[in-house]
Amino acid sequence: MASEIILDDIVKTYGKGKQLAVDHVSLQVQPGELFGLIGPDGAGKTSIFRILTTLLLADSGNASVAGLDVVKDYKAIRKIVGYMPGKFSLYPDLTVKENLQFFATVFNSDIQENYHLIRDIYVQLEPFKERRAGKLSGGMKQKLALCCALIHKPRVLFLDEPTTGVDPVSRKEFWQMLARLKEQGITILVSTPYMDEAGLCERIAFIQNGKILKTETPDQILKEFPDALYKIQSDNMYHLMELLKQIPEIKSSYAFGDSVHATIKEQGSQTVRQRLIDAGLPSLVFETTKPQIEDCFIQYLHE
Amino acid sequence: MKQFWSFIRKEFLHVFRDRKTLIILFGMPVVQILIFGFALTNEIKNSRIMVLDAAHDIQSSRLISKIQASRYFQVTQIVHNEAEIQEGFRGGNVNIAIVFPLNFGHDLESGERPQLQVLADASDPNLATALTNYVSNITADYQREIQKINTPIPTIVPEIKMMYNPQLKGAPNFVPGVMALVLLLVCVMMTAVSIVREKETGTMEILLVSPFKPILVILSKTIPYLFVSLINVGSILLLSVLVLDLPIHGSLLLLLLESTLFIITCLILGIFISVKTQTMQAAMLISLMGMLLPTMLFSGFMFPIENMPKPLQIISNIIPSKWFYIIVKSIMIKGLGWEAIWKETLYLLGIAVFFFALGMKNFKIRLA
Repeated sequence: MASEIILDDIVKTYGKGKQLAVDHVSLQVQPGELFGLIGPDGAGKTSIFRILTTLLLADSGNASVAGLDVVKDYKAIRKIVGYMPGKFSLYPDLTVKENLQFFATVFNSDIQENYHLIRDIYVQLEPFKERRAGKLSGGMKQKLALCCALIHKPRVLFLDEPTTGVDPVSRKEFWQMLARLKEQGITILVSTPYMDEAGLCERIAFIQNGKILKTETPDQILKEFPDALYKIQSDNMYHLMELLKQIPEIKSSYAFGDSVHATIKEQGSQTVRQRLIDAGLPSLVFETTKPQIEDCFIQYLHE
Repeated sequence: MKQFWSFIRKEFLHVFRDRKTLIILFGMPVVQILIFGFALTNEIKNSRIMVLDAAHDIQSSRLISKIQASRYFQVTQIVHNEAEIQEGFRGGNVNIAIVFPLNFGHDLESGERPQLQVLADASDPNLATALTNYVSNITADYQREIQKINTPIPTIVPEIKMMYNPQLKGAPNFVPGVMALVLLLVCVMMTAVSIVREKETGTMEILLVSPFKPILVILSKTIPYLFVSLINVGSILLLSVLVLDLPIHGSLLLLLLESTLFIITCLILGIFISVKTQTMQAAMLISLMGMLLPTMLFSGFMFPIENMPKPLQIISNIIPSKWFYIIVKSIMIKGLGWEAIWKETLYLLGIAVFFFALGMKNFKIRLA
């Protein structure tokens, strides 16, 4: 089966070639796939989205959506995709219902026709349907934006950082909705800076400085983590981190939540452990831990 | 078509939900007409005049009462020496002074070339010139009166008739001006800002990724402002007829059609600005600097174009308000018809077509 989204050696620069935003990116997303583009702010995610949604022209390379070329067939693409930009982009002075109605008619559709697609989301918005969109909470705004992007039953859905600035509960709900949409056969490309959301995608691509570091399923990425990972904790974190930098057996160490994650060269764990105990760090914890997506991302960054 | 209607509906919602702006939009013409009509006026009434009458004879006192009787002057002070005149000017409470020499009446009666000194505060040169002219006219008038009685020498009496505006009212001049100004402001600035707002809020990004034609996005934006502007034309005309006693001499239909053409020209300029700018601030600044200021300067409303140096006169030709100002004056005040304004109308049409083409050419179907 042909890929639904194809990026082939795409390069995009800004400021007359001075600033490289997308650096020879190639990607393929299969029909019906929930694909995540994972990377920090400024990695080039939005540029890729805009190239795919025909809003920007790439400097070089080819791209297609649903078999349509993003340059030649831009009009056709604009009819069949749903796009939710990273920034809240609805009319703040129109009510929830008016926004939805408006975007439905823009796409020659109406709310009834595809109500089944948005029902789960819209029931949560229903109590506020007469409220102006600008007065909604962050999570509600994103739900409304998703509804507006879905109301014409797009074949491919582009969601650029849909959960940025949204509370953890709403984020979780949002991802549950995406999973249900995927069941409807909609291909979804979603970007996020949150590593914990990566595991919810079918396949992910790590992106940094405009380069794709790795494309794989989340499980496979976790499996491929090469080293043993240790979680180290102490009440004196600063001292701990300084110390870890001086131990030659440490391959890498970085802050991870309230602890430090470190990979250690083969056979080195005993030595490291001893050094830490000798240093007399207060309430030391030293244990192996399972790598998470973020660990893998950092791993690829160092390569 | 259904899409287009829903778009226009949305635009009306935007305009009517923004209450503050709406009040300004509808209130501005009313306030401007009232301010220009009653507060700001360059008509000279009741100027304070000071009289030093050294002659104290029949001729001088008759001339003084003639001056007093005119509506231009109000004799505030009778003084007795030069020093008091100086003081009066320095105090700033008189605009003009007249000095009658000792034997004014005698000279006049014996044909000795009587003299009359007129001093004016020329720190406002226009006012000073106007006032001294009035004084000269009154004295000339007076002289003719007595000549008629004394000697039957034939004199040339210019019969002056102020065409179209016999009472030299200010209103005929500023009503067309305010119309041009208000329509320009509403149409250019509001349209420019409202389209750029879609770019700034990011909604343009979504609209571009839709089957809807971008050009229609923009056209639909202009409809509410066309509507608002037509209401403004109505309110300005009503006010000028009812409050300022300025009747519409020509065809009302023609006036409304020409106003619509001007409104459309302004909307097109607004579109052009919005196509070229990225932020609301820039759009607003360009509308103000590029449209409002030239309108004030070059429409002929505030400063007569005939007096400007040639290059500025040429520049004034690309200002749509200039043509509209001429058109409104011709229809409303002179009561002229189509045959008098077709040239100006063509100019307006030309400007509209030119900027429409330019705007369309520059319209971006993508971001950046």
